[in-house]
Amino acid sequence: MTLLSATGLNASLGSRHVLHDISLSLSSGHLVALVGPNGAGKTTLLRALAGLIPSSGDIRIGGDALPSLSLRERARRFAYLPQGHVVHWPLPARDIVALGRYPHGATDPARLSSGDVEAVLRAMQAVDVTDFSDRRVTELSGGERSRVALARVLAVEAPVILADEPTASLDPRHQIDVMQRLRGVADTGVLVVVVTHDLGLAARFADHVLVLSEGHLASQGAPVEALSEAVMAEVFRISAYRAEYRDEAVIVPWADV
Amino acid sequence: MSVQDFALATEVAARRRLGATVVLAALVVLLVLISLGIGPVRLSPLRVIEALFGGGSEVAQVIVREIRLPRTILAVAIGGMLGLSGAALQGLLRNPLAAPSLFGAPQAAAFGAVLVISLDLADVRSYALPVAAIIAAFGSVFALLAIAGRNAGLLILILSGLAISSFAGAATALVMNLSSNPFVALEIAFWLLGSLEDRSFQHVAIALPFIIAGAFILLSQASSFRALTLGEEAAQSLGVDVGRLRLLVISGVALGVGGAVAVTGSIGFIGLVAPHLMRPVIGHDPARLLVPSALAGSALLLAADIAVRIIPATSDIKVGVLTSIIGVPFFLYLIKRERRALGGGVA
Repeated sequence: MTLLSATGLNASLGSRHVLHDISLSLSSGHLVALVGPNGAGKTTLLRALAGLIPSSGDIRIGGDALPSLSLRERARRFAYLPQGHVVHWPLPARDIVALGRYPHGATDPARLSSGDVEAVLRAMQAVDVTDFSDRRVTELSGGERSRVALARVLAVEAPVILADEPTASLDPRHQIDVMQRLRGVADTGVLVVVVTHDLGLAARFADHVLVLSEGHLASQGAPVEALSEAVMAEVFRISAYRAEYRDEAVIVPWADV
Repeated sequence: MSVQDFALATEVAARRRLGATVVLAALVVLLVLISLGIGPVRLSPLRVIEALFGGGSEVAQVIVREIRLPRTILAVAIGGMLGLSGAALQGLLRNPLAAPSLFGAPQAAAFGAVLVISLDLADVRSYALPVAAIIAAFGSVFALLAIAGRNAGLLILILSGLAISSFAGAATALVMNLSSNPFVALEIAFWLLGSLEDRSFQHVAIALPFIIAGAFILLSQASSFRALTLGEEAAQSLGVDVGRLRLLVISGVALGVGGAVAVTGSIGFIGLVAPHLMRPVIGHDPARLLVPSALAGSALLLAADIAVRIIPATSDIKVGVLTSIIGVPFFLYLIKRERRALGGGVA
């Protein structure tokens, strides 16, 4: 069932026209990978979908036009994870996760309703961060910090999660761990859109892949089709080793075309 | 971890913060009593309280209620506002080196006020002075954030601040330079040093409404600062209107700093120091730092204003001079501590 759709979406950053006439339709319960070379407009598309930057065209979330929703209502529908897991102050992990309840009016982590506390605990348990809930985020390892960031996003309990490179700068085990958890979240009925440069992870975990090239949607569909040899050559200017391992698609980027 | 454990953990932290805030408030009250008792005629805190509530000798009452009370009220209000402005700017910019005085706000406010004085546009004790100071302070902070742009690094902020405060200083010097009356220029030069001496209730009436309005605006944005911990984009995705927040913070800081500078001249570095003193006690949550930083600012300015009356000197030491003499080494210490962030160019 379509949860999030865009028709004729265009967006500019300053004088640069970044997104050209993008139309897509994404379903709840899907893990969608948004891939494309550097500068293709992946982050811009994610931001436009969440209404964080102005865009023209029609974006609908659960049947409502995005511009008709208040800032707070948007915040409840889209949980957005920016690049880099930025935390500017050394707050305890618990307070960071509690910020996920901000769109629901719980702006003070010391005064959460029991419903909010339960949501925060559910999110922390889902990604195993309860053990260091009292530790300052700045003292955590990269892998732990990415899980805290993920917990913050889960605590929103939004129908859509938009994550911008959640696996960047993580070691292979943590990359797989994050993707597996996001896969699990999608399986509970949430639409999860993940920007990634890792085509292997996209092929393995995603239901649906969007390939962005110079602001245009070059291809989309099930991973193996969307990341066809032709697309790989044209968009990424590479070939790829293709196989199947334990019934899952394997795509390993290879030499220049 | 259960709901109870979670509630307990937050409760413990909340209680510690409350305790620290109460102690700080008590310190401010104590300093107020000392400030009211210090001067050519020294009065004990008990006699001060007596005089304050209409008891004791008539002389003591006049000294406490009419001569020293306005000065003390201004120290509490202005110190508090400076501490609060520092904490708010640090929260907005997610940057421990943000402060009104480093961004040229007081210098710009002083320029606005000096312009009004030297052009003889209005009476020195009229509302024209704070209004001009507020407009100039607003302009300076607005320009700073416009130049630095979104997600500005530490280095850009500090450099832009340096440029703006130098410019405001040069503009002020130009006005003095062109002043036909050397006595006016001298008067301005001394006023610029920053002092709470001989201030009356008229001064309080000029500054206080603006300071209260500014403080109200900044305090109302507390939770947005907390959301900004995750950066501007994430804060926006949580429902914070970041553009509006910036404008509100600039307005709040300009109202407070402009109102303060209009009656005392420029008093620097309290906004930088106060939040830093509070972080080890209160924690780093920018929303929770606002009120304690305001209290710490009040305590710092009261203490400095008491010190300038106690330190034996042939001429009166201006309180603004003292806060800068203490504040600048502290600033250097912070630069050393934040060296890594500065070197990287990113906050």
